[in-house]
Amino acid sequence: MELFRFNRDIPFMSWRKTGAVISITTFILSVFFISTKGLNLGVDFTGGTVLEVGYTQTADLPRIRSVLAELEMPDASVQNFGTSRDVLIRLPIRAELSSAQLSETVLAALKQADSTVEMRRVEFVGPQVGQELLENGALALLFVSLGIVAYLAMRFEWKFGVAGIIANLHDVVIIVGFFAFFQWEFSLTVLAAVLAILGYSVNESVVIFDRIRENFRKQRKSNLVQVIDNAITLTMSRTIITHGSTQMVVIAMLLFGGEVLYYFALALTIGILFGIYSSIMVGSSILVLLGVKREDLLKPEKKPLENDGAVV
Amino acid sequence: MNRYALWQYLIIAVSLLLGLLYTLPNFYGESPAVQISPLRVSVSTDTALMQRVEDAIKQANLETTGVYLEEGSVKVRFVDTDTQIKAKDLLETALGNDYIIALNLLPNSPQWLTSLGALPMYLGLDLRGGVHFMLAVDMEGALDKSLDRYSADIRGTLREKKITYAGLEKQAKKLIIKFRDAETRGQAEAELKNSFTDLGFSYEDAGNRYHLVAAIKPDAQLRMQDATVIQNITTLRNRVNELGVAEPIIQKAGSDRVIVQLPGVQDTAKAKEILGRTATLEVRMVDDEQDLDSAIRGRVPFGTELYEERGGIPILVKKQVLLTGERITDAQPGFDKDNQPAVHISLDNNGSRIFKQLTRDNVGRRMAILLIEKNHTEVVTAPVIREEIGGGRVQISGRMTSMEARDVALLLRAGALAAPMDIIEERTVGPSLGADNIARGFNSTLYGFLAVAIFIAVYYTAFGVISVLALGLNLLLLVGLLSIMQATLTLPGMAALALTVGMAIDANVLINERIRDELRGGLSPQLAIHAGYERAFGTILDSNITTLIAGIALFAFGSGPVKGFAVVLCLGILTSVFTAIFVSRGMVNLMYGGKRKLDYVPIGKIWIPDNQANQKTIAPDVNSNDKAKAADSADVSEKPDAGQAPVTSSESNQVGDAVVQSGEKPAAKTKSKRKSAEGNKPSRS
Repeated sequence: MELFRFNRDIPFMSWRKTGAVISITTFILSVFFISTKGLNLGVDFTGGTVLEVGYTQTADLPRIRSVLAELEMPDASVQNFGTSRDVLIRLPIRAELSSAQLSETVLAALKQADSTVEMRRVEFVGPQVGQELLENGALALLFVSLGIVAYLAMRFEWKFGVAGIIANLHDVVIIVGFFAFFQWEFSLTVLAAVLAILGYSVNESVVIFDRIRENFRKQRKSNLVQVIDNAITLTMSRTIITHGSTQMVVIAMLLFGGEVLYYFALALTIGILFGIYSSIMVGSSILVLLGVKREDLLKPEKKPLENDGAVV
Repeated sequence: MNRYALWQYLIIAVSLLLGLLYTLPNFYGESPAVQISPLRVSVSTDTALMQRVEDAIKQANLETTGVYLEEGSVKVRFVDTDTQIKAKDLLETALGNDYIIALNLLPNSPQWLTSLGALPMYLGLDLRGGVHFMLAVDMEGALDKSLDRYSADIRGTLREKKITYAGLEKQAKKLIIKFRDAETRGQAEAELKNSFTDLGFSYEDAGNRYHLVAAIKPDAQLRMQDATVIQNITTLRNRVNELGVAEPIIQKAGSDRVIVQLPGVQDTAKAKEILGRTATLEVRMVDDEQDLDSAIRGRVPFGTELYEERGGIPILVKKQVLLTGERITDAQPGFDKDNQPAVHISLDNNGSRIFKQLTRDNVGRRMAILLIEKNHTEVVTAPVIREEIGGGRVQISGRMTSMEARDVALLLRAGALAAPMDIIEERTVGPSLGADNIARGFNSTLYGFLAVAIFIAVYYTAFGVISVLALGLNLLLLVGLLSIMQATLTLPGMAALALTVGMAIDANVLINERIRDELRGGLSPQLAIHAGYERAFGTILDSNITTLIAGIALFAFGSGPVKGFAVVLCLGILTSVFTAIFVSRGMVNLMYGGKRKLDYVPIGKIWIPDNQANQKTIAPDVNSNDKAKAADSADVSEKPDAGQAPVTSSESNQVGDAVVQSGEKPAAKTKSKRKSAEGNKPSRS
């Protein structure tokens, strides 16, 4: 079975302009939503208390709200979580109440109102911890970006490093943009997903870059655009199959992973889809834009594959 | 070419065996148990204790599935949680207060596995339920407290040395001592420098006032900070013991934070109450003159209280408090001049003065040091006063083992938390959610794996099956490795496990696609397999290293659950490179490498483009040896004109390139031009 049959190279690079328009539009829209709507940051980053409670029957949300109002916590948010029997209660940080007591007070009040309530999860994050987690997240993002640029620059050339990281940061911004637009909760696990995607979808660019380098060696007379088109076409089948496989696992996570893994899987899904697009269209287009030359890649190695014995 | 040496197969076999062995314990599950460990190191756990436990359980007719003596504690296994809880209550009354009796889960894996060190992975709090606290030590508060102590001590020293000063003031993080003239100030500085090595002194002149500024030296501050956190940890450990948690984790995190993890604890209110409790230490006199027997019978004399010394001996203690724990600056276990175990206590200036008086008045009598925590008082030690003790250095010795000395020192230091602590993070997971989370993580991995396995096996046929086997082994090795490391598995960790499945297949896809490519290019099956693996190697390495970079960053900057995700991700990358390249190659070599004439690679039907013979993918710079080999055994069945393809490729390609240089739309035009070019090669190039 062979799913992908290309009689000739697909002229990806001739669609560069269209790609640029799509990329720049989604990018600007993402930045726009992130800056105007902002992220619905989870308790990990904002600090505060989250309580997950379970009932044996369908939870009576208005009743829970009135219980909280009696406790003088009208700014608490109450919503179903996963099933109609599970409820998620978010409480903002309150300076006057010791955070540790807060969850106890609420649980006690809920128990009084309905004794079937069962504590499933309590998370309290102090404001300074939230701030630190946010800073560490940003640092991790920076470290990964620099690490990848440095690695690609060392393994290929600086232009590849730049192209790779722009393509992938473009993905990251779009994932975050989605989270801003739909106001999905952006938690620590989502951040982990974003960083994993950053590492993962660079793979994509690396595979294509590898082919470009190989093509530079083999096709001494082709120009840059041909070399790139050919490299993308040849790796196309691998791209789709690999991402398809990863996506299958992610779908399994979406279906079976429960609420906690849901947004994690969602971030991965967006990342995988845009990862395919960006490594094909964005990374390679930037290479063309930066004007990569054969000499950039081949100057130190004379004929590395000569003794390989496996060259056709 | 496609052969492995014996040692290579051996490596695969051994890794498979180890993976299997160490993954196995994870499948046996866990059974409820009660763990009995001594509250103090000085109380030993031995077969006698085990016998007592066994007898108690036998008397109550409770059914156990085993009683063990392991790592200084007795563990009793039960069939269900009901018996477990009954047994816990029973043992609590039977054994008394000297032991921690905790509910626990014990792995069910058979003895031979355990003796090999094969233990199941440790489940994180989000999977087994429990409480996680992060506490911040209030360092400012601790510094402030010690400045107060210093200011009292400085006053005392100056008075003692008869140096007149005009005043002493505490400002933010420093003490200002005022003098009338520079001479006394110099004198005072010399004197204070001798007595307080941890303080740094500097001059500050304001008008006709001569100020001496004392501040705690930065390195002393750091030392103090460390000591404070460590002391707090010791105290917390003591208190957590009271909660009856089987495997509590109490560790330092950063410079001023402590992480407390209590698996299985559901009553967070009680946990918080106990962790936040303050304890005090009191020195009082023992009343040996009153009638102890009648006191035991219930008539406690006026002005005294009845307590039990350690070891259960009753003791009458006067109510009047002579000295409190705040005066104790340190307590360390050690040895006295006769080389007997002893506890050395240091008191501050004020404390020394009181203690000197106290000992002078009470030579020959006994004093008692009591540790008082909410609703619980314990007599730490009750030594006889032999002589007047001045200078603030107290030594308690006699009739104790070095273990006991350690216990006493620890209790004395734990008398009060060195600095107040705040809970700055709390994560509690109920037991039902924990079980749900395990199912979620497991199902995601299982169904994800199945979907990928079916797809890959169908798409790449036999080579696909090999890839799937390699992927399965990857999972096996990964879980085995995590079990060997005794890593903590969390829900994000399980997500990473699932994700590893999805990402690890990439390496096999790369290899298989390469092999197909090479076959398309006209290589013989054996050559194509070889080239496929060789060529894919560099790409696999590159792409995995970038993911590894992300994983390492996540590990370095992530916290808690994210760290778990990162660990699994990074290890998964390592195992997947090993299985995808080395192991799958081994399987291929074993199955196909030995065949002299392999005329077909079972990697699915390969589709050859119409213009294959002229496609540029066929490299121009082939060395002639390979060309000949390739031509000999070319995969003729799938490609009509394959026979001449490799021979013509080098020249036809040049032709193609020449055309491309003049034309604008290469892909569209070259096809026909190339075909025509084949006939008259030399003229066009």
